[in-house]
Amino acid sequence: MIVNRLDVSDLLGTLEAKLKQAIVERQLTDPLMIGIRTGGVWVAEKMHQRLAIKQPLGLLDISFYRDDFSQIGVNPNVKPSELPVQIEGRNIILIDDVFYTGRTIRAALNEIFDYGRPKQVLLAVLIERDGKQIPISPDCVGASIALDAGQRIKLIGPEPLAIEIQTVDVAA
Amino acid sequence: MSDNLQLNSEGKLKHFLTIEGLDKQLLIEILDLAESFVGMTDGRIKKIPLLRGKSIVNLFFENSTRTRTTFELAAKRLSADVLSMSIATSSTSKGESLLDTIRNLEAMYVDMFVVRHGISGAAHFIAQHAASHISVINAGDGQHAHPTQAMLDMFTIRQIKQDFSQLRVAIVGDILHSRVARSNIQALNTLGVAEVRVIAPKTLLPAQVETMGVTVSHSLADGLKDIDVIIMLRLQKERMTAALLPSENEYFKCFGLTEARLKIAKPDAIVMHPGPINRGVEIDSIVADGPQSVILKQVSNGIAIRMAIMAMAMQKQGSM
Amino acid sequence: MACILIKDGRIIDPANKIDRIGSVYIADGKIASVTNEPAGFKADRVIDARNQIVCPGFIDLSTRLREPGQSRKATFASETAAAAAAGITTLCLQPDTIPVIDARAVAELIKDQAEKCGYRQILPIAALTQKLEGTELSAMLALKDAGCVAVSNANQPVKNLLVLRRAMEYAASHDLLFIYRPNDYWLANNGCVHEGAVSTRYGLPSIPDAAETIALAQCLELAELTGCRVHFGQLSSRRSVIKLHQAKKYGLAVSADVAIHQLHLTEDDIIPFDSAYHVQPPFRTNTDKEALCEGLANGTIDSICSDHQPHDLDAKLGAFPETEPGISSLETLLPLMLRLVAERALTIEQGIAALTQEPAQILQLERGALTLGFTADLCIFDPDQDWQVNSDNWRSQGVNTPFWGQVFKGRVIYTLQAGKVIYS
Repeated sequence: MIVNRLDVSDLLGTLEAKLKQAIVERQLTDPLMIGIRTGGVWVAEKMHQRLAIKQPLGLLDISFYRDDFSQIGVNPNVKPSELPVQIEGRNIILIDDVFYTGRTIRAALNEIFDYGRPKQVLLAVLIERDGKQIPISPDCVGASIALDAGQRIKLIGPEPLAIEIQTVDVAA
Repeated sequence: MSDNLQLNSEGKLKHFLTIEGLDKQLLIEILDLAESFVGMTDGRIKKIPLLRGKSIVNLFFENSTRTRTTFELAAKRLSADVLSMSIATSSTSKGESLLDTIRNLEAMYVDMFVVRHGISGAAHFIAQHAASHISVINAGDGQHAHPTQAMLDMFTIRQIKQDFSQLRVAIVGDILHSRVARSNIQALNTLGVAEVRVIAPKTLLPAQVETMGVTVSHSLADGLKDIDVIIMLRLQKERMTAALLPSENEYFKCFGLTEARLKIAKPDAIVMHPGPINRGVEIDSIVADGPQSVILKQVSNGIAIRMAIMAMAMQKQGSM
Repeated sequence: MACILIKDGRIIDPANKIDRIGSVYIADGKIASVTNEPAGFKADRVIDARNQIVCPGFIDLSTRLREPGQSRKATFASETAAAAAAGITTLCLQPDTIPVIDARAVAELIKDQAEKCGYRQILPIAALTQKLEGTELSAMLALKDAGCVAVSNANQPVKNLLVLRRAMEYAASHDLLFIYRPNDYWLANNGCVHEGAVSTRYGLPSIPDAAETIALAQCLELAELTGCRVHFGQLSSRRSVIKLHQAKKYGLAVSADVAIHQLHLTEDDIIPFDSAYHVQPPFRTNTDKEALCEGLANGTIDSICSDHQPHDLDAKLGAFPETEPGISSLETLLPLMLRLVAERALTIEQGIAALTQEPAQILQLERGALTLGFTADLCIFDPDQDWQVNSDNWRSQGVNTPFWGQVFKGRVIYTLQAGKVIYS
């Protein structure tokens, strides 16, 4: 297992800067920030603090919206989503740790839209890696990387946050 | 036996027919999953897409509006398509056999049957003969089992008492004819309670009931000592005509749960009842509506538990 | 007629106390000699029975062949083929056919059909009451003349004890054996399993053993009152064995049989809700099973029967209490008896006697023995051959047996009926 440490504070800094810019460009007034469990929440907490977002942080659990229920089944330890305010007509900043196939974001969007119709949704991720399977793209990224076959990237946390690249046995 | 029938080749739940044969871990998983659904139904989303595209048929050979509606609501909240069929027993005995009814429904690409039937073993039979991709949930078969009721009772107990291991639970009433009693006894013992005590007149106790892992009392006054949870069973009117009991009055005198009798149990004891209640027969209104009663909680937990059971039974059917 | 020599087998004939290696000589459809070659005997056919057991053909006291009236389940043709393959040379037919054997015409119909399928020994048992409705007596004398060997209530209740008393008196007056399966209809209360731990766990309607023992006790009293000879069919409980033992000691002319599967299975063997295990009387406890085995070994219970009840598939498809009870059991009769011998519950002589000498005595037939001059009904079997209960080997039309797929030791090689080979 090869462990290669990318610098988390660098990535957070980059993401923060890009978000500040996007908030201005897209006129995201009074945004609602939502983090996707679990890694996305850790990142969102940092961003929420650094950008001094007024609205309390929303937490999204997408377990019931995943598209692989038939293959994997339900996770019995699901904590319900917590969205403290109304979604209708809001500007939403959706945050996740790693963007890979895009299915997680699709599930998250489905769930958010079940709550109500937002004005717009901005997607920000700490790391974007190759291997997209759905035509969705993040609007702000901390870093984009390409991995070798059999490699996997994970955010470890909550304190301290760290990034790990693991090599998975191909047989898996 | 049924543990193989109820579990698929990977040991995951496929049919939910009886508590017997399911281990403690599986029961706790069901309770935990139901917990997350309770959280969901309190929120603003009334539906999740977990079972979207799946068809669930409620096959009720015995009438029951309340159980049927809970299953319907549970299925709809999981975004499944639901069809409810009330089949009067006379039509099955005249024409279509149980097997034919199943086959006809299978031909319409159904994914799950929720079955309530007046004869013990009906749900097992259907599970054994239905096509391999179909899951069967037992909503009550004869006097044998009512496992979803047992799970919602366990869920309610856990909500209030948290720890099963120290609990003394009394089940009071017509144990002989009660599928709820049988499933509750099995669930309580699997979850490791300290004692399960059945309290009933001799005519309403099945043979060798101790072999199910219970202690027996024929007196409510004695039996309620040190009890943490009281589960009252419904007394059906037919028991009087079948020479099992002289009258409802006499039953209430000996086995009715009054305020005075409730005091014999522990001061924080809770009172449960699977419903519908016969006020003044097995339980006094004051107790049923009183502060120790959790009967309404049981009802509202019913949907979340059934959602959990349906979701668990339908998972990993993706290979079809 | 053909002369047949059965050579060098182990001859076990309990009625004549024979157990030795030797030959059996058959001429004109009768036993000509055992061991010693009769003068001038010229065999038309020689059967080599080395390493096999040669014994009288089995007499089965309780069978249902489903004809007339229920040919969906089975026919004379299919079931007599099964009987022949099972070494059974005499079948006693329970009267609950459709129509019931309550009229001479039905008994004669049965004889005709038996002849047509080439199996001579189907002995009808007459119904005790008309249509087996339990109220009016059947024409017992006419039925006896038409060939019925006994009268029975099959599994149907008799309306009350007065009717039972009168029916027994009437049967006694014509010197007819009364075969009674003791079961109190009300106590049985539409149950389908034994009242005990298993019925409690699975919430199945149940039958206490008192339903059998009380009916047995009542009938014993009436047997003494009326002087009727009574044979109790298909006992299932320990307390019945005790009562029977006392009655015999007391001097009553009573006998009894037990269905072979009751000697092997108990309520704990029932695979839950598997209708193959649905039988009447139900499988009871291990204590009951042991008492039944002991009773057979010490002679309290005289004989074994198959209680053969073949069913169509639909009869067994449904929730357990809704299925029809009964096992298709002709072809497992011998191997299950041999299993008892292997378990040392019985000697081989006792086992064969329970299937030959004893039933013959109960029915007062000149059969079940290799006595000189008796009709040559024989079974030749290999006690060591293994075979599996599957569709290749099974001849009965009913496949309803909890033993399906099991491997047994003991296979019939030849069956002779009246000196004719009906199975080989």
